[in-house]
Amino acid sequence: MTGTLRVLEHNALVYRRTWRGSIFASFVSPMLFLAAIGLGLGTLVSRGSPQGVNGVSYLDFLAPGLLATATMQTAFSETTYRLMARIRWSGTYDAMLATPLSVHDIRNGELTWLALRLLLVAVLFFVAMVLFHTLHSATAALAVPVAALNGLAFAAPMIAFTATQQTDTGFAVIGRFVITPLFLLGGAFFPIDRLPSVIQAIAWLTPLAHGVALTRGLSLGTIALPAGLLHLGVLVAYTAIGAVVAGIALERRLAR
Amino acid sequence: MSDTPAANPLLHARGLVKRFADFTAVDGIDFDVAPGEAFGFLGPNGAGKTSTMRMIGCVSPLSGGTLRILGMDPSSDGPRIRARLGVVPQADTLDAELRVRENLETYGRYFGLPHPVARRRAQELLEFVQLQERGNDTVERLSGGMKRRLTIARALINEPEVLLLDEPTTGLDPQARHLVWDRLYRLKQRGVTLVLTTHYMDEAEQLCDRLVVMDKARIVAEGSPRHLIDRYATKEVLELRFPPDATPSLDGTLTGIADRVEVLPDRVLVYTNDGDAAAAAIHARGLRPESTIVRRSSLEDVFLRLTGRSLVE
Repeated sequence: MTGTLRVLEHNALVYRRTWRGSIFASFVSPMLFLAAIGLGLGTLVSRGSPQGVNGVSYLDFLAPGLLATATMQTAFSETTYRLMARIRWSGTYDAMLATPLSVHDIRNGELTWLALRLLLVAVLFFVAMVLFHTLHSATAALAVPVAALNGLAFAAPMIAFTATQQTDTGFAVIGRFVITPLFLLGGAFFPIDRLPSVIQAIAWLTPLAHGVALTRGLSLGTIALPAGLLHLGVLVAYTAIGAVVAGIALERRLAR
Repeated sequence: MSDTPAANPLLHARGLVKRFADFTAVDGIDFDVAPGEAFGFLGPNGAGKTSTMRMIGCVSPLSGGTLRILGMDPSSDGPRIRARLGVVPQADTLDAELRVRENLETYGRYFGLPHPVARRRAQELLEFVQLQERGNDTVERLSGGMKRRLTIARALINEPEVLLLDEPTTGLDPQARHLVWDRLYRLKQRGVTLVLTTHYMDEAEQLCDRLVVMDKARIVAEGSPRHLIDRYATKEVLELRFPPDATPSLDGTLTGIADRVEVLPDRVLVYTNDGDAAAAAIHARGLRPESTIVRRSSLEDVFLRLTGRSLVE
Protein backbone atom coordinates (compact mmCIF):
# COMPACT_ATOMS: atom_id res chain seq x y z
CA MET A 1 0.00 0.00 0.00
CA THR A 2 2.70 2.52 0.91
CA GLY A 3 4.66 1.45 -2.17
CA THR A 4 1.65 2.33 -4.31
CA LEU A 5 1.53 5.75 -2.67
CA ARG A 6 5.23 6.37 -3.37
CA VAL A 7 4.74 5.71 -7.09
CA LEU A 8 1.63 7.88 -7.01
CA GLU A 9 3.58 10.67 -5.34
CA HIS A 10 6.24 10.46 -8.06
CA ASN A 11 3.63 10.73 -10.79
CA ALA A 12 1.95 13.66 -9.08
CA LEU A 13 5.30 15.46 -8.88
CA VAL A 14 5.84 14.93 -12.59
CA TYR A 15 2.27 16.01 -13.39
CA ARG A 16 2.83 19.26 -11.50
CA ARG A 17 4.82 20.47 -14.51
CA THR A 18 2.05 19.94 -17.04
CA TRP A 19 -1.23 20.05 -15.14
CA ARG A 20 -2.43 23.39 -16.49
CA GLY A 21 -2.11 22.40 -20.13
CA SER A 22 -3.51 18.97 -19.45
CA ILE A 23 -6.60 20.25 -17.64
CA PHE A 24 -7.17 22.93 -20.28
CA ALA A 25 -7.03 20.34 -23.06
CA SER A 26 -9.31 17.94 -21.18
CA PHE A 27 -11.94 20.67 -20.92
CA VAL A 28 -11.60 22.44 -24.26
CA SER A 29 -11.66 19.22 -26.25
CA PRO A 30 -15.17 18.13 -25.13
CA MET A 31 -16.46 21.69 -25.51
CA LEU A 32 -15.27 21.72 -29.13
CA PHE A 33 -16.63 18.27 -29.87
CA LEU A 34 -20.03 19.00 -28.36
CA ALA A 35 -20.26 22.33 -30.18
CA ALA A 36 -19.10 21.10 -33.57
CA ILE A 37 -20.56 17.62 -33.80
CA GLY A 38 -23.33 17.85 -31.24
CA LEU A 39 -24.75 21.22 -32.21
CA GLY A 40 -23.41 21.63 -35.73
CA LEU A 41 -23.87 18.14 -37.14
CA GLY A 42 -26.71 17.52 -34.70
CA THR A 43 -28.91 20.10 -36.44
CA LEU A 44 -28.63 18.13 -39.66
CA VAL A 45 -29.36 14.86 -37.87
CA SER A 46 -32.46 16.36 -36.23
CA ARG A 47 -33.66 17.52 -39.64
CA GLY A 48 -33.39 13.93 -40.88
CA SER A 49 -35.07 12.36 -37.84
CA PRO A 50 -37.27 14.87 -36.00
CA GLN A 51 -37.97 12.46 -33.11
CA GLY A 52 -34.21 12.44 -32.38
CA VAL A 53 -31.99 9.44 -31.79
CA ASN A 54 -33.46 6.95 -29.34
CA GLY A 55 -35.95 9.67 -28.42
CA VAL A 56 -33.47 12.40 -27.45
CA SER A 57 -31.65 15.12 -29.40
CA TYR A 58 -28.49 14.06 -31.21
CA LEU A 59 -26.36 16.22 -28.90
CA ASP A 60 -27.79 14.53 -25.79
CA PHE A 61 -27.32 11.12 -27.39
CA LEU A 62 -23.78 11.87 -28.48
CA ALA A 63 -22.36 13.55 -25.35
CA PRO A 64 -22.19 10.51 -23.00
CA GLY A 65 -20.78 8.40 -25.85
CA LEU A 66 -18.00 10.90 -26.38
CA LEU A 67 -17.38 10.90 -22.63
CA ALA A 68 -16.58 7.18 -22.84
CA THR A 69 -14.36 7.61 -25.92
CA ALA A 70 -12.50 10.42 -24.16
CA THR A 71 -11.43 8.20 -21.27
CA MET A 72 -10.55 5.43 -23.73
CA GLN A 73 -8.27 7.78 -25.64
CA THR A 74 -6.68 9.20 -22.50
CA ALA A 75 -6.03 5.67 -21.28
CA PHE A 76 -4.39 4.83 -24.61
CA SER A 77 -2.14 7.88 -24.70
CA GLU A 78 -1.13 7.52 -21.04
CA THR A 79 -0.14 3.86 -21.36
CA THR A 80 1.89 3.93 -24.58
CA TYR A 81 4.84 6.26 -25.09
CA ARG A 82 4.83 7.56 -21.52
CA LEU A 83 4.97 4.04 -20.13
CA MET A 84 7.45 2.82 -22.73
CA ALA A 85 9.77 5.64 -21.73
CA ARG A 86 9.63 4.54 -18.11
CA ILE A 87 10.06 0.87 -18.95
CA ARG A 88 12.75 1.17 -21.56
CA TRP A 89 14.01 4.57 -22.66
CA SER A 90 14.59 6.42 -19.39
CA GLY A 91 14.86 3.55 -16.91
CA THR A 92 12.49 5.16 -14.39
CA TYR A 93 11.16 1.78 -13.29
CA ASP A 94 14.63 0.25 -13.10
CA ALA A 95 15.56 3.06 -10.73
CA MET A 96 12.45 2.41 -8.65
CA LEU A 97 13.22 -1.30 -8.48
CA ALA A 98 16.62 -0.59 -6.93
CA THR A 99 14.68 0.64 -3.88
CA PRO A 100 12.26 -1.31 -1.66
CA LEU A 101 9.55 -0.72 -4.30
CA SER A 102 8.40 -3.81 -6.20
CA VAL A 103 6.94 -4.44 -9.63
CA HIS A 104 3.52 -4.71 -8.00
CA ASP A 105 3.96 -1.31 -6.39
CA ILE A 106 4.72 0.09 -9.84
CA ARG A 107 1.68 -1.55 -11.39
CA ASN A 108 -0.65 -0.53 -8.57
CA GLY A 109 0.77 2.97 -8.43
CA GLU A 110 0.37 3.49 -12.17
CA LEU A 111 -3.17 2.07 -12.17
CA THR A 112 -4.18 4.25 -9.24
CA TRP A 113 -2.64 7.25 -10.92
CA LEU A 114 -4.49 6.44 -14.15
CA ALA A 115 -7.74 6.09 -12.23
CA LEU A 116 -7.27 9.61 -10.88
CA ARG A 117 -6.25 11.02 -14.28
CA LEU A 118 -9.27 9.39 -15.93
CA LEU A 119 -11.54 10.64 -13.18
CA LEU A 120 -10.27 14.16 -13.83
CA VAL A 121 -10.90 13.80 -17.57
CA ALA A 122 -14.41 12.48 -16.86
CA VAL A 123 -15.21 15.30 -14.42
CA LEU A 124 -14.11 17.98 -16.89
CA PHE A 125 -16.10 16.32 -19.64
CA PHE A 126 -19.08 16.12 -17.33
CA VAL A 127 -18.83 19.88 -16.67
CA ALA A 128 -18.99 20.44 -20.43
CA MET A 129 -22.09 18.20 -20.59
CA VAL A 130 -23.70 20.24 -17.83
CA LEU A 131 -22.92 23.45 -19.71
CA PHE A 132 -24.54 22.02 -22.87
CA HIS A 133 -27.60 20.79 -20.90
CA THR A 134 -27.26 17.24 -22.18
CA LEU A 135 -28.14 15.45 -18.93
CA HIS A 136 -31.57 13.96 -18.36
CA SER A 137 -31.29 12.29 -14.98
CA ALA A 138 -29.68 12.51 -11.54
CA THR A 139 -28.02 9.15 -12.25
CA ALA A 140 -25.85 11.06 -14.74
CA ALA A 141 -23.37 11.82 -11.95
CA LEU A 142 -22.56 8.09 -11.87
CA ALA A 143 -21.42 8.35 -15.48
CA VAL A 144 -18.26 10.03 -14.20
CA PRO A 145 -16.81 7.07 -12.24
CA VAL A 146 -18.15 4.68 -14.87
CA ALA A 147 -16.30 6.58 -17.59
CA ALA A 148 -13.12 6.41 -15.51
CA LEU A 149 -13.62 2.66 -15.14
CA ASN A 150 -14.15 2.42 -18.91
CA GLY A 151 -10.74 4.06 -19.31
CA LEU A 152 -9.15 1.63 -16.87
CA ALA A 153 -10.64 -1.29 -18.82
CA PHE A 154 -8.39 -0.12 -21.67
CA ALA A 155 -5.46 1.07 -19.56
CA ALA A 156 -4.84 -2.17 -17.66
CA PRO A 157 -4.53 -4.43 -20.74
CA MET A 158 -2.56 -1.68 -22.49
CA ILE A 159 0.04 -1.69 -19.70
CA ALA A 160 0.44 -5.41 -20.33
CA PHE A 161 0.79 -4.80 -24.07
CA THR A 162 3.32 -2.00 -23.66
CA ALA A 163 5.38 -4.12 -21.27
CA THR A 164 5.86 -6.69 -24.04
CA GLN A 165 6.94 -4.21 -26.73
CA GLN A 166 10.53 -3.62 -27.82
CA THR A 167 9.75 -0.62 -30.05
CA ASP A 168 6.91 1.86 -30.37
CA THR A 169 5.60 0.56 -33.70
CA GLY A 170 2.92 -1.55 -32.01
CA PHE A 171 1.27 1.57 -30.64
CA ALA A 172 0.44 2.85 -34.11
CA VAL A 173 -1.08 -0.53 -34.95
CA ILE A 174 -3.28 -0.51 -31.84
CA GLY A 175 -4.23 3.09 -32.52
CA ARG A 176 -5.18 2.40 -36.12
CA PHE A 177 -6.87 -0.97 -35.73
CA VAL A 178 -8.41 -0.76 -32.26
CA ILE A 179 -8.76 2.73 -30.87
CA THR A 180 -9.80 4.64 -34.00
CA PRO A 181 -12.33 2.03 -35.21
CA LEU A 182 -13.80 1.87 -31.72
CA PHE A 183 -14.00 5.63 -31.54
CA LEU A 184 -15.92 5.72 -34.83
CA LEU A 185 -17.95 2.51 -34.63
CA GLY A 186 -18.12 1.70 -30.92
CA GLY A 187 -21.51 3.28 -30.34
CA ALA A 188 -20.59 6.86 -29.53
CA PHE A 189 -21.84 8.44 -32.76
CA PHE A 190 -24.75 6.13 -33.59
CA PRO A 191 -26.43 3.09 -32.02
CA ILE A 192 -24.42 -0.11 -32.50
CA ASP A 193 -27.52 -1.93 -33.81
CA ARG A 194 -27.12 -0.05 -37.11
CA LEU A 195 -23.96 -2.04 -37.78
CA PRO A 196 -23.82 -5.42 -39.60
CA SER A 197 -24.36 -8.15 -37.02
CA VAL A 198 -20.78 -9.48 -37.21
CA ILE A 199 -19.35 -6.07 -36.43
CA GLN A 200 -21.95 -5.60 -33.72
CA ALA A 201 -20.79 -8.81 -32.10
CA ILE A 202 -17.16 -7.67 -32.25
CA ALA A 203 -18.09 -4.29 -30.80
CA TRP A 204 -19.76 -5.96 -27.81
CA LEU A 205 -16.56 -7.87 -27.10
CA THR A 206 -14.73 -4.61 -26.42
CA PRO A 207 -15.03 -2.51 -23.26
CA LEU A 208 -16.08 0.63 -25.15
CA ALA A 209 -19.50 -0.61 -26.27
CA HIS A 210 -20.31 -1.42 -22.64
CA GLY A 211 -18.82 1.84 -21.41
CA VAL A 212 -20.93 3.81 -23.89
CA ALA A 213 -24.07 1.85 -23.01
CA LEU A 214 -23.52 2.63 -19.33
CA THR A 215 -22.58 6.31 -19.58
CA ARG A 216 -25.48 6.89 -21.98
CA GLY A 217 -27.98 4.97 -19.92
CA LEU A 218 -26.95 6.83 -16.78
CA SER A 219 -26.83 10.21 -18.46
CA LEU A 220 -30.28 9.80 -20.05
CA GLY A 221 -31.77 7.94 -17.08
CA THR A 222 -32.71 4.96 -19.25
CA ILE A 223 -30.44 2.35 -17.66
CA ALA A 224 -32.02 -0.96 -16.67
CA LEU A 225 -30.46 -2.72 -13.71
CA PRO A 226 -29.63 -6.20 -15.11
CA ALA A 227 -28.14 -4.81 -18.34
CA GLY A 228 -26.30 -2.15 -16.36
CA LEU A 229 -24.72 -4.76 -14.11
CA LEU A 230 -23.68 -6.80 -17.12
CA HIS A 231 -21.96 -3.78 -18.70
CA LEU A 232 -20.31 -2.94 -15.40
CA GLY A 233 -19.16 -6.55 -15.02
CA VAL A 234 -17.46 -6.46 -18.43
CA LEU A 235 -15.59 -3.27 -17.54
CA VAL A 236 -14.52 -4.67 -14.16
CA ALA A 237 -13.40 -7.93 -15.78
CA TYR A 238 -11.29 -6.13 -18.39
CA THR A 239 -9.71 -4.03 -15.66
CA ALA A 240 -9.08 -6.90 -13.25
CA ILE A 241 -7.78 -9.39 -15.80
CA GLY A 242 -5.78 -6.62 -17.49
CA ALA A 243 -4.20 -5.72 -14.15
CA VAL A 244 -3.17 -9.31 -13.46
CA VAL A 245 -1.67 -9.75 -16.92
CA ALA A 246 0.01 -6.33 -16.64
CA GLY A 247 1.65 -7.45 -13.40
CA ILE A 248 2.99 -10.60 -15.05
CA ALA A 249 4.19 -8.74 -18.15
CA LEU A 250 5.94 -6.04 -16.12
CA GLU A 251 7.58 -8.65 -13.90
CA ARG A 252 8.90 -10.47 -16.97
CA ARG A 253 10.15 -7.28 -18.52
CA LEU A 254 11.69 -5.57 -15.52
CA ALA A 255 12.85 -8.40 -13.27
CA ARG A 256 14.65 -10.63 -15.75
CA MET B 1 39.73 -19.48 -3.88
CA SER B 2 38.94 -20.39 -0.31
CA ASP B 3 35.71 -22.23 0.40
CA THR B 4 35.40 -20.99 3.96
CA PRO B 5 33.46 -17.74 3.99
CA ALA B 6 34.96 -14.77 5.79
CA ALA B 7 33.45 -14.05 9.18
CA ASN B 8 29.96 -12.63 8.52
CA PRO B 9 30.44 -11.68 4.88
CA LEU B 10 28.08 -8.97 3.60
CA LEU B 11 27.82 -10.82 0.33
CA HIS B 12 28.12 -14.56 0.05
CA ALA B 13 27.69 -16.41 -3.25
CA ARG B 14 28.21 -20.07 -4.09
CA GLY B 15 27.64 -21.59 -7.50
CA LEU B 16 25.75 -18.50 -8.65
CA VAL B 17 24.12 -19.01 -12.04
CA LYS B 18 22.12 -16.71 -14.32
CA ARG B 19 20.61 -18.20 -17.43
CA PHE B 20 18.54 -16.43 -20.06
CA ALA B 21 16.54 -18.22 -22.74
CA ASP B 22 19.43 -18.74 -25.11
CA PHE B 23 22.62 -18.27 -23.11
CA THR B 24 24.24 -18.52 -19.69
CA ALA B 25 25.37 -15.10 -18.48
CA VAL B 26 26.82 -16.28 -15.15
CA ASP B 27 28.02 -19.84 -14.90
CA GLY B 28 28.55 -20.93 -11.29
CA ILE B 29 30.62 -18.27 -9.55
CA ASP B 30 31.66 -18.06 -5.87
CA PHE B 31 32.62 -14.94 -3.96
CA ASP B 32 32.48 -13.35 -0.52
CA VAL B 33 32.65 -9.67 0.28
CA ALA B 34 33.55 -8.53 3.79
CA PRO B 35 32.19 -5.39 5.48
CA GLY B 36 34.11 -2.26 4.52
CA GLU B 37 35.81 -3.92 1.60
CA ALA B 38 36.07 -2.50 -1.92
CA PHE B 39 35.44 -5.48 -4.15
CA GLY B 40 35.59 -5.51 -7.93
CA PHE B 41 34.42 -7.63 -10.82
CA LEU B 42 36.90 -7.03 -13.62
CA GLY B 43 36.21 -8.31 -17.08
CA PRO B 44 35.36 -7.38 -20.66
CA ASN B 45 31.85 -6.52 -21.85
CA GLY B 46 29.69 -9.63 -21.84
CA ALA B 47 31.65 -11.41 -19.11
CA GLY B 48 28.56 -11.56 -16.85
CA LYS B 49 29.37 -8.64 -14.55
CA THR B 50 26.10 -6.77 -14.97
CA SER B 51 24.01 -9.93 -14.58
CA THR B 52 25.86 -10.64 -11.34
CA MET B 53 25.22 -7.10 -10.11
CA ARG B 54 21.53 -7.34 -10.94
CA MET B 55 21.27 -10.50 -8.87
CA ILE B 56 23.09 -8.83 -5.97
CA GLY B 57 20.73 -5.87 -6.38
CA CYS B 58 17.78 -8.27 -5.85
CA VAL B 59 16.24 -7.30 -9.17
CA SER B 60 17.10 -10.37 -11.21
CA PRO B 61 16.13 -13.79 -9.81
CA LEU B 62 18.89 -16.42 -9.60
CA SER B 63 18.82 -19.35 -12.02
CA GLY B 64 20.90 -21.43 -9.61
CA GLY B 65 23.24 -21.43 -6.65
CA THR B 66 22.95 -19.56 -3.38
CA LEU B 67 23.27 -15.89 -2.64
CA ARG B 68 23.10 -14.20 0.76
CA ILE B 69 23.17 -10.45 1.05
CA LEU B 70 23.46 -8.91 4.53
CA GLY B 71 22.59 -12.36 5.78
CA MET B 72 19.29 -12.44 3.90
CA ASP B 73 17.91 -14.29 0.89
CA PRO B 74 17.20 -12.08 -2.14
CA SER B 75 14.30 -14.25 -3.29
CA SER B 76 12.32 -13.72 -0.10
CA ASP B 77 13.79 -10.55 1.43
CA GLY B 78 14.30 -8.41 -1.70
CA PRO B 79 12.70 -5.19 -0.41
CA ARG B 80 14.39 -5.48 3.00
CA ILE B 81 17.80 -6.00 1.39
CA ARG B 82 17.29 -3.23 -1.16
CA ALA B 83 16.45 -0.86 1.67
CA ARG B 84 20.09 -1.20 2.77
CA LEU B 85 21.75 -1.14 -0.68
CA GLY B 86 22.69 1.75 -2.92
CA VAL B 87 22.71 1.07 -6.65
CA VAL B 88 24.55 3.02 -9.35
CA PRO B 89 23.47 1.36 -12.61
CA GLN B 90 25.51 1.34 -15.78
CA ALA B 91 22.88 3.15 -17.85
CA ASP B 92 21.68 6.52 -16.69
CA THR B 93 18.27 6.11 -15.01
CA LEU B 94 17.88 9.63 -13.66
CA ASP B 95 14.38 11.02 -13.91
CA ALA B 96 14.47 13.57 -16.74
CA GLU B 97 10.95 14.65 -15.82
CA LEU B 98 12.21 15.94 -12.46
CA ARG B 99 14.81 18.48 -11.41
CA VAL B 100 18.15 17.59 -9.88
CA ARG B 101 17.09 18.05 -6.26
CA GLU B 102 13.73 16.41 -6.87
CA ASN B 103 15.53 13.35 -8.20
CA LEU B 104 17.16 12.90 -4.82
CA GLU B 105 14.12 13.75 -2.70
CA THR B 106 11.78 11.51 -4.66
CA TYR B 107 14.27 8.68 -4.43
CA GLY B 108 14.41 9.17 -0.68
CA ARG B 109 10.63 8.87 -0.61
CA TYR B 110 10.85 5.49 -2.36
CA PHE B 111 12.83 4.37 0.70
CA GLY B 112 10.11 5.73 2.95
CA LEU B 113 12.10 8.70 4.26
CA PRO B 114 9.92 11.44 5.75
CA HIS B 115 9.92 14.62 3.62
CA PRO B 116 12.16 16.69 5.94
CA VAL B 117 14.75 13.91 6.14
CA ALA B 118 14.71 13.45 2.36
CA ARG B 119 15.16 17.20 1.88
CA ARG B 120 18.02 17.43 4.36
CA ARG B 121 19.88 14.45 2.92
CA ALA B 122 19.35 15.68 -0.63
CA GLN B 123 21.05 18.94 0.30
CA GLU B 124 23.95 17.16 2.04
CA LEU B 125 24.44 14.82 -0.88
CA LEU B 126 24.35 17.62 -3.45
CA GLU B 127 27.23 19.14 -1.52
CA PHE B 128 29.03 15.80 -1.25
CA VAL B 129 29.00 15.33 -5.02
CA GLN B 130 29.66 19.02 -5.63
CA LEU B 131 26.38 19.80 -7.33
CA GLN B 132 24.99 22.21 -4.74
CA GLU B 133 24.69 24.95 -7.38
CA ARG B 134 22.69 22.72 -9.74
CA GLY B 135 19.83 21.62 -7.48
CA ASN B 136 17.14 23.42 -9.50
CA ASP B 137 18.47 22.51 -12.92
CA THR B 138 16.82 19.98 -15.16
CA VAL B 139 18.77 16.75 -15.49
CA GLU B 140 19.41 17.24 -19.22
CA ARG B 141 21.52 20.31 -18.48
CA LEU B 142 24.08 18.26 -16.53
CA SER B 143 27.23 16.89 -18.16
CA GLY B 144 27.90 13.16 -18.23
CA GLY B 145 30.17 13.38 -15.20
CA MET B 146 27.62 15.41 -13.25
CA LYS B 147 24.88 12.92 -14.07
CA ARG B 148 27.06 10.11 -12.78
CA ARG B 149 27.76 12.02 -9.57
CA LEU B 150 24.06 12.72 -9.18
CA THR B 151 23.37 9.01 -9.65
CA ILE B 152 25.90 8.26 -6.92
CA ALA B 153 24.27 10.84 -4.65
CA ARG B 154 20.89 9.27 -5.37
CA ALA B 155 22.22 5.83 -4.44
CA LEU B 156 23.36 7.23 -1.08
CA ILE B 157 20.02 8.78 -0.06
CA ASN B 158 19.16 5.77 2.16
CA GLU B 159 22.64 5.75 3.77
CA PRO B 160 23.35 2.28 2.37
CA GLU B 161 25.78 -0.20 3.90
CA VAL B 162 26.70 -1.54 0.48
CA LEU B 163 27.09 0.53 -2.66
CA LEU B 164 26.81 -1.37 -5.96
CA LEU B 165 28.45 0.40 -8.88
CA ASP B 166 28.14 -1.01 -12.39
CA GLU B 167 30.85 0.51 -14.60
CA PRO B 168 30.89 3.73 -12.55
CA THR B 169 33.12 5.75 -14.88
CA THR B 170 32.51 4.27 -18.32
CA GLY B 171 32.10 7.04 -20.85
CA LEU B 172 33.51 9.80 -18.62
CA ASP B 173 36.48 11.98 -19.47
CA PRO B 174 39.63 11.61 -17.28
CA GLN B 175 38.89 14.60 -15.09
CA ALA B 176 35.32 13.47 -14.41
CA ARG B 177 36.58 9.97 -13.64
CA HIS B 178 39.02 11.22 -11.04
CA LEU B 179 36.29 13.24 -9.37
CA VAL B 180 34.10 10.11 -9.15
CA TRP B 181 37.00 8.02 -7.83
CA ASP B 182 37.72 10.65 -5.19
CA ARG B 183 34.12 10.55 -3.92
CA LEU B 184 34.10 6.75 -3.90
CA TYR B 185 37.36 6.72 -1.97
CA ARG B 186 35.81 8.99 0.65
CA LEU B 187 32.82 6.68 0.98
CA LYS B 188 35.17 3.76 1.46
CA GLN B 189 36.94 5.64 4.24
CA ARG B 190 33.58 6.12 5.91
CA GLY B 191 33.15 2.36 5.99
CA VAL B 192 30.74 1.91 3.07
CA THR B 193 31.31 -1.42 1.34
CA LEU B 194 31.88 -0.88 -2.37
CA VAL B 195 31.08 -3.55 -4.94
CA LEU B 196 31.87 -2.49 -8.48
CA THR B 197 32.27 -3.80 -11.96
CA THR B 198 34.71 -2.34 -14.41
CA HIS B 199 36.56 -3.14 -17.56
CA TYR B 200 39.17 -0.50 -16.75
CA MET B 201 42.24 -1.93 -15.08
CA ASP B 202 43.27 1.46 -13.71
CA GLU B 203 39.88 1.81 -12.04
CA ALA B 204 40.20 -1.63 -10.49
CA GLU B 205 43.73 -0.83 -9.29
CA GLN B 206 42.65 2.53 -7.86
CA LEU B 207 39.54 1.42 -6.04
CA CYS B 208 39.58 -2.29 -5.27
CA ASP B 209 41.07 -3.99 -2.25
CA ARG B 210 40.25 -7.29 -3.86
CA LEU B 211 38.81 -8.35 -7.15
CA VAL B 212 37.79 -11.28 -9.26
CA VAL B 213 38.59 -11.47 -12.94
CA MET B 214 35.58 -12.62 -14.95
CA ASP B 215 35.63 -14.03 -18.43
CA LYS B 216 32.88 -15.84 -20.33
CA ALA B 217 30.53 -16.07 -17.34
CA ARG B 218 33.14 -17.52 -14.99
CA ILE B 219 35.68 -16.28 -12.46
CA VAL B 220 39.17 -17.00 -13.70
CA ALA B 221 41.23 -15.44 -10.88
CA GLU B 222 40.81 -13.76 -7.54
CA GLY B 223 43.00 -11.60 -5.30
CA SER B 224 44.25 -8.10 -4.63
CA PRO B 225 45.42 -6.16 -7.70
CA ARG B 226 49.03 -6.44 -6.48
CA HIS B 227 48.71 -10.15 -5.81
CA LEU B 228 47.21 -10.81 -9.25
CA ILE B 229 49.94 -8.86 -11.01
CA ASP B 230 52.66 -10.64 -9.04
CA ARG B 231 51.16 -13.99 -9.76
CA TYR B 232 50.14 -13.69 -13.40
CA ALA B 233 52.51 -11.11 -14.84
CA THR B 234 56.18 -10.21 -14.68
CA LYS B 235 57.53 -7.16 -12.92
CA GLU B 236 57.94 -5.17 -16.12
CA VAL B 237 56.56 -5.16 -19.63
CA LEU B 238 58.40 -4.04 -22.70
CA GLU B 239 55.99 -2.70 -25.31
CA LEU B 240 57.26 -2.69 -28.86
CA ARG B 241 55.64 -1.17 -31.92
CA PHE B 242 56.76 -2.29 -35.34
CA PRO B 243 55.78 -0.96 -38.74
CA PRO B 244 52.40 -2.53 -39.58
CA ASP B 245 53.73 -5.06 -42.11
CA ALA B 246 56.67 -6.19 -39.96
CA THR B 247 54.71 -7.59 -36.99
CA PRO B 248 53.57 -10.94 -38.48
CA SER B 249 57.12 -11.90 -39.48
CA LEU B 250 58.29 -11.84 -35.86
CA ASP B 251 57.59 -15.54 -35.31
CA GLY B 252 60.56 -17.07 -33.56
CA THR B 253 62.76 -13.99 -33.65
CA LEU B 254 62.02 -13.13 -30.02
CA THR B 255 62.43 -16.63 -28.61
CA GLY B 256 64.48 -16.78 -25.44
CA ILE B 257 64.47 -13.04 -24.79
CA ALA B 258 61.72 -13.07 -22.18
CA ASP B 259 59.44 -15.27 -20.04
CA ARG B 260 56.56 -14.67 -22.41
CA VAL B 261 55.79 -12.68 -25.54
CA GLU B 262 52.32 -11.60 -26.70
CA VAL B 263 51.93 -10.44 -30.28
CA LEU B 264 48.88 -8.16 -30.50
CA PRO B 265 47.61 -6.59 -33.72
CA ASP B 266 49.07 -3.19 -32.86
CA ARG B 267 52.03 -4.00 -30.60
CA VAL B 268 54.19 -6.70 -29.08
CA LEU B 269 54.32 -7.20 -25.31
CA VAL B 270 57.47 -8.70 -23.85
CA TYR B 271 57.06 -9.94 -20.28
CA THR B 272 60.31 -9.72 -18.33
CA ASN B 273 61.66 -8.65 -14.98
CA ASP B 274 64.15 -6.33 -16.66
CA GLY B 275 62.66 -4.35 -19.53
CA ASP B 276 65.78 -2.42 -20.41
CA ALA B 277 67.88 -5.58 -20.70
CA ALA B 278 65.24 -7.14 -22.95
CA ALA B 279 65.18 -4.01 -25.13
CA ALA B 280 68.97 -4.19 -25.47
CA ALA B 281 68.77 -7.88 -26.39
CA ILE B 282 66.19 -7.14 -29.07
CA HIS B 283 68.36 -4.45 -30.59
CA ALA B 284 71.32 -6.86 -30.49
CA ARG B 285 69.29 -9.24 -32.66
CA GLY B 286 68.98 -6.54 -35.24
CA LEU B 287 65.25 -5.80 -34.70
CA ARG B 288 64.31 -2.13 -35.06
CA PRO B 289 60.91 -1.39 -33.49
CA GLU B 290 59.43 2.06 -34.15
CA SER B 291 59.03 2.59 -30.43
CA THR B 292 59.91 0.83 -27.20
CA ILE B 293 58.34 1.54 -23.81
CA VAL B 294 59.16 -0.15 -20.52
CA ARG B 295 56.32 -0.07 -17.99
CA ARG B 296 55.08 -1.83 -14.86
CA SER B 297 52.75 -4.75 -15.35
CA SER B 298 49.06 -3.98 -14.88
CA LEU B 299 45.80 -5.86 -14.56
CA GLU B 300 45.50 -5.58 -18.33
CA ASP B 301 48.47 -7.93 -18.57
CA VAL B 302 46.91 -10.24 -16.02
CA PHE B 303 43.77 -10.41 -18.08
CA LEU B 304 45.69 -11.02 -21.28
CA ARG B 305 47.58 -13.84 -19.62
CA LEU B 306 44.44 -15.44 -18.23
CA THR B 307 42.23 -15.18 -21.29
CA GLY B 308 44.50 -14.52 -24.23
CA ARG B 309 42.48 -11.42 -25.06
CA SER B 310 42.68 -7.75 -24.18
CA LEU B 311 40.23 -6.25 -21.74
CA VAL B 312 39.04 -3.37 -23.91
CA GLU B 313 38.46 -4.54 -27.45
